[in-house]
Amino acid sequence: MAEAPVTAPEAAAPAADADRVHFTLDGRPATARRGELIISAAERAGVFVPRFCYHPRMSPVGVCRMCLVEVSGPRGATLQPACFVAVEEGAEVVTASAKVKKAQDGVLEFLLVNHPLDCPVCDKGGECPLQDQTLAYGPGESRFTEEKRHFEKPIPISALVLLDRERCIQCARCTRFAEEVAGEALIDFSGRGEMVEVATFPDRPFSSYFSGNTVQICPVGALTATPYRFRARPWDLDQVESTCTTCALGCRVAAQSSGNRLTRLLGIDADPVNQGWLCDKGRFVTESVNGGGEGPADAAHPGPARITEPLVRVGGELVTVSWAEALRVAATGLDQARAGGAAAVGVLGGAQLTNEGAYAWAKLAKGVIGTDSVDAQLGDGLPADLILSLPRATIDEACAARVVVLLTGDVREELPVLFLRLRQSALAGTTSLIELAPTSTSLTSYAAASLPLRPGDAPAVARALVGGDEQVAGPSHPEGPAWSAAALESARALLAGAGPAGQGVVVLVGRASVAEDAAVTAAAVRVLADALPAARFLPTLRRSNVQGALDMGLGPGVLPGRVSLSSGRAWFLEHWGSVPEARGRDAAAMLTSAARGASAGGVATRALIILGADPLADFPDRRLAEAALRAAELVIVVGGHHTEICEHADVVLPAAVAHERAGSTTNIEGRVSRLGHKLVAPGSAWPDWMIAQALAEALGEDLGFASADGVWEEIEQLGSVHRGVTPAVLESAGAHDGVVVPLQPDRARRVAPIDPIATPGVDSVERQGAPPRVGVTEADEWPEAPAAGAAPPPVLAAPAAADPPEVPLPDSYSLRLVSARRLYDGGTAVSGSPSLAPLVPAAVARANPYDLDRLGLVAGDQATVRGERASARLPVAPDRGVPRGVLVVDFNLPGGGLANVAAALIDAGALVNDVRLESL
Amino acid sequence: MAVTDAPRIVTARLHHEDSHTLERFLATGGYDGLRKALAMTPEAVAAEVDAASLLGRGGAGFPAGRKWSMLRKAPVTYLVVNGDESEPATFKDHLLIEGDPHQIVEGTIIAAYAVQASQVFIYVRGEFALGLERMQQAVNDAYDAGAIGNDIFSSGFSVDVVVHPGAGAYICGDETGLLESLEGKRGFPRIKPPYFPAVMGLYGQPTVVNNVETMSNLPWIILHGGAAFAALGAGRSTGTRLFALSGHVRRPGAFEVEMVKTTFRDLIYAPLYGGGIRGGGELKAFIPGGASSPWFGPAELDLALGQDEVQAAGSMLGSGSVVVMDQSTCLVRVAWRITKFFARESCGQCTPCREGSGWLERILYRIEHGSGRAEDLEVLLDVCDNISPGLHWPPEQTTICPLGPSIPPSINSALTMGRDEFLVHIKEGGCPLG
Repeated sequence: MAEAPVTAPEAAAPAADADRVHFTLDGRPATARRGELIISAAERAGVFVPRFCYHPRMSPVGVCRMCLVEVSGPRGATLQPACFVAVEEGAEVVTASAKVKKAQDGVLEFLLVNHPLDCPVCDKGGECPLQDQTLAYGPGESRFTEEKRHFEKPIPISALVLLDRERCIQCARCTRFAEEVAGEALIDFSGRGEMVEVATFPDRPFSSYFSGNTVQICPVGALTATPYRFRARPWDLDQVESTCTTCALGCRVAAQSSGNRLTRLLGIDADPVNQGWLCDKGRFVTESVNGGGEGPADAAHPGPARITEPLVRVGGELVTVSWAEALRVAATGLDQARAGGAAAVGVLGGAQLTNEGAYAWAKLAKGVIGTDSVDAQLGDGLPADLILSLPRATIDEACAARVVVLLTGDVREELPVLFLRLRQSALAGTTSLIELAPTSTSLTSYAAASLPLRPGDAPAVARALVGGDEQVAGPSHPEGPAWSAAALESARALLAGAGPAGQGVVVLVGRASVAEDAAVTAAAVRVLADALPAARFLPTLRRSNVQGALDMGLGPGVLPGRVSLSSGRAWFLEHWGSVPEARGRDAAAMLTSAARGASAGGVATRALIILGADPLADFPDRRLAEAALRAAELVIVVGGHHTEICEHADVVLPAAVAHERAGSTTNIEGRVSRLGHKLVAPGSAWPDWMIAQALAEALGEDLGFASADGVWEEIEQLGSVHRGVTPAVLESAGAHDGVVVPLQPDRARRVAPIDPIATPGVDSVERQGAPPRVGVTEADEWPEAPAAGAAPPPVLAAPAAADPPEVPLPDSYSLRLVSARRLYDGGTAVSGSPSLAPLVPAAVARANPYDLDRLGLVAGDQATVRGERASARLPVAPDRGVPRGVLVVDFNLPGGGLANVAAALIDAGALVNDVRLESL
Repeated sequence: MAVTDAPRIVTARLHHEDSHTLERFLATGGYDGLRKALAMTPEAVAAEVDAASLLGRGGAGFPAGRKWSMLRKAPVTYLVVNGDESEPATFKDHLLIEGDPHQIVEGTIIAAYAVQASQVFIYVRGEFALGLERMQQAVNDAYDAGAIGNDIFSSGFSVDVVVHPGAGAYICGDETGLLESLEGKRGFPRIKPPYFPAVMGLYGQPTVVNNVETMSNLPWIILHGGAAFAALGAGRSTGTRLFALSGHVRRPGAFEVEMVKTTFRDLIYAPLYGGGIRGGGELKAFIPGGASSPWFGPAELDLALGQDEVQAAGSMLGSGSVVVMDQSTCLVRVAWRITKFFARESCGQCTPCREGSGWLERILYRIEHGSGRAEDLEVLLDVCDNISPGLHWPPEQTTICPLGPSIPPSINSALTMGRDEFLVHIKEGGCPLG
């Protein structure tokens, strides 16, 4: 019998490639990247090697021995850990021989020797890699009949995480996470042999903002999180991929629910954003969304409840009414307020809204009501037109930049997962950090150069950084600059070494202190943008969808699509029918106008619409916010939680929050990603776009919206930076991790390696209409040309440098106040989550030991912080990271009998705030 | 009886009360080898050691000269001396550390010169209180005598030596576990690759790790020449070796014997060495090379004390400890005690060793104490097989370090040599020997 000619496999093999190696996998030819581990090369070739300790985002340790495969070598085929051995050219790898099978049987039997098999009462049961892999690869039955080891179970290793040492299989995932990823090696192995346990150091709990990740990546039920423990079984959970709305980084999450309660959030490995990690605030915000925790202990921390029905104030009391009635009252009040000019209406907040909600509200405020006094920021951010005009970097670009300038608050406190990303870059040695900050931060120890600033100094240091050799105007302190000449010199050398005109430089821009006017940082940003035209900027505004809100026009002087009021007027006049004539007020000006009436100039702000915000907690100047709310004739609150603001409300409209809404959000880099609509909002709460649509109708107009998708269609058509980002693009497989606007069609998408242990079942959610994510690079399928139609207005151009504000010198007795943001503060996400609420630190007055010594104060002493308008007794803490002449009282923390002591000290009208520290 | 007239190389001074002092050391030719070495080129010193064919005395028996030659060229290289002798019944390094610390220092500086090390660490088992004291004193005295430190004996060669106490774990005697411990970390042996500390060792730098006895041989080799050393012994096993003989012999102790030309029978029965089985008893079995080596019986008594010879017979000389068991020995109990040691000393890093050692120990305990079951024997062997696939010699392993495959040999040997004893234990519900 004649046989068909067979082509030799070598002939078919691709040409030799320096970056690829060829090997044999279970008898079939396969290729791998040079240096690639067998486990991932095999996975890409479609062969899953079981594993416990291996995690694609952490260094391999090869300890669990589950991934043993046969690898040919000089001494014949031997069992090698696939997670630790790189593919060699010509290697023969066998993953399914009898020898491998026996090793897998053996390892699984060993792992179950001391594992308690308490699966029926274990939270991991049902999504447990040990269960699953025992079923798939294990011997079926254990021959172990002896007594297992015993430990007290479970023990808390932090306020949020419990450890059941009996269940632990010593895979070192949690300890590696703590050390490698979070940079907080607070847990490690202790003991030896089978009594090896994960342990904290004595009296040092695993207090990390990232502790919840250890629970997610634990391959057994050894680590459990108190908010989830015993609350659900995995098979009862429904899940959908969504975006975390806690901060503005936009981490991708799997939102899981049961019985319409948000039960758990798991980090999804979105390569360009969070790479699988979440901060604890974002992870455990579930309780706040649900309107409080469920455990008996949670009653001790009653946070703000959810607003479920519309309310109007009748005879001094808020009473429940129908939506129609509430909207009628609101519309009547708004009509009265704007009778003397639409500028009398101010819209405050909006960062908690979806893009669609923000757009609808921008259209309502600017196109229907006719006011430009709209501000999604609460006086704690940076000017909207500045933020929108900066040439923008993505997170990936920042993490790949040769130099990153940090002109921002502590990234770990404000955008925690961005800290993880930047830390990795700094550790890798590919990125040099130059830190310009008023206090040392979590990134200081990773920074190549740290230039401490006093309030008011930022423009001067920016000029010194980019200037030639000319003398820089003296900073605002009699002692001279807080930074050293050597640090400045090395920072300048780093900047110069990055490339010409700021090539290879990314500047992170945020608000390091709310006790200093935003104009100071803004001036510094303008200096850098002007001097480094090739540099890119990544705003670190922290609040939820603040970037989306600004992109949608929720800021004074801007319109949707990152265009200015003036340049976009004609375009939006054509499509909306009406656009405000003049630039409106920002948050501080609105509140000032409302508080002082006509004396503040212009048409006084008489009505305030508060969109998912609480200026009483978040505006830097509590006295001004209170006065404004008291003085305003009409206060309409649109929100999800009953916070203090409701006491000032005339109308309260309940809004859906977080994953109760369809739509999208935009993160700091301009990445638009879709929210998963997982929950039904409580009571009769509506999504924000619908509230805007209904209020417009009550005002006699029609925004023309019938769905969130419908709103997005209009955004895509009208927004200059949103063109081409059609609903189809957002739903495409290429947009799993979101789409950065403006759309760049040539941008290939990278797909992250998925750790099947950390995101059980997420893969299957993604498979609805999309191939599973495995670590490959694919070209996207996005359209190249934006939709046809008239050209939209140009986006805001890069800002020009302007003269910085003149900061007065402090007197010799004063310290200049710095008030930075902390992750756990008095905000709704924390106070509404009983598990997180106890973690809020008390306010402390931090100062340089030199300044405390002068006053005879030692750590822990109570001292009086005396400001222009208030004083408070606070414990002092010496901190060498604080420059001399500076006092730090972090924002929105309780102290001195006040819920937010810093807000009582700060005068938002002042450029800088000086206080005195008195020992009595 | 072949007790050869080979010279004592590493134990020559030990009969002196004050053998550990600098005075005695200098009075008995101490540091002459170092002075001679320093007058040679480092390459010549290394060549001499190569010519001696000195096999490492720590356990693995890797040629010292070859180990040195693998050292990656780098600005910083380390020499680490392993004195963490912790295996049951092993006490030869203990004797050298307490009895002749200067000899170790001398050999160490010779080695440091040969490999041009930047820094030396001598890692001494933490439980050796007297040994640590004497080692430290010797280093201090050697500094004063100009044998360590700057410009040693005016040769222009400088190196510092730090004596580091061990961290109380057997696993820190493993080459890479020791390096981790020295770096201040948990004594978790390092996973391979990289395969050799010579490429990436202490603090990531090229490092040579040598045993205390290996170092102790160097002064003699330099003084008398590698050829003289290689003339002793035979084949690959040259020179003499110090054996720790214990168990049921009349004269337990550490004996330096010429390799290959001496047999196990010589070591156990020669009046100069073991003097035979105590009480005129009968040899039942002996452990030829430490707790991790497969056992031998009377049939192997005439096997030569040579690395390849013992290897070919299915065991190893290993750590140089020979444990003799007479007919009163319960092999089940021995296997249990050895396994208990490994279970206690498993570092707990990788699964098969961590879980397997405790499981095996529990089964053996049960059998020895009367709760054995017939199916236990198959389980014992199969669990051993899951740690060391095939149970052959030299072993394969599913573990990171050699501690895992160190567990099965005693169990496998006990079952091979005394399966009936296990069956009697199971049948009669306990140990017949009480």
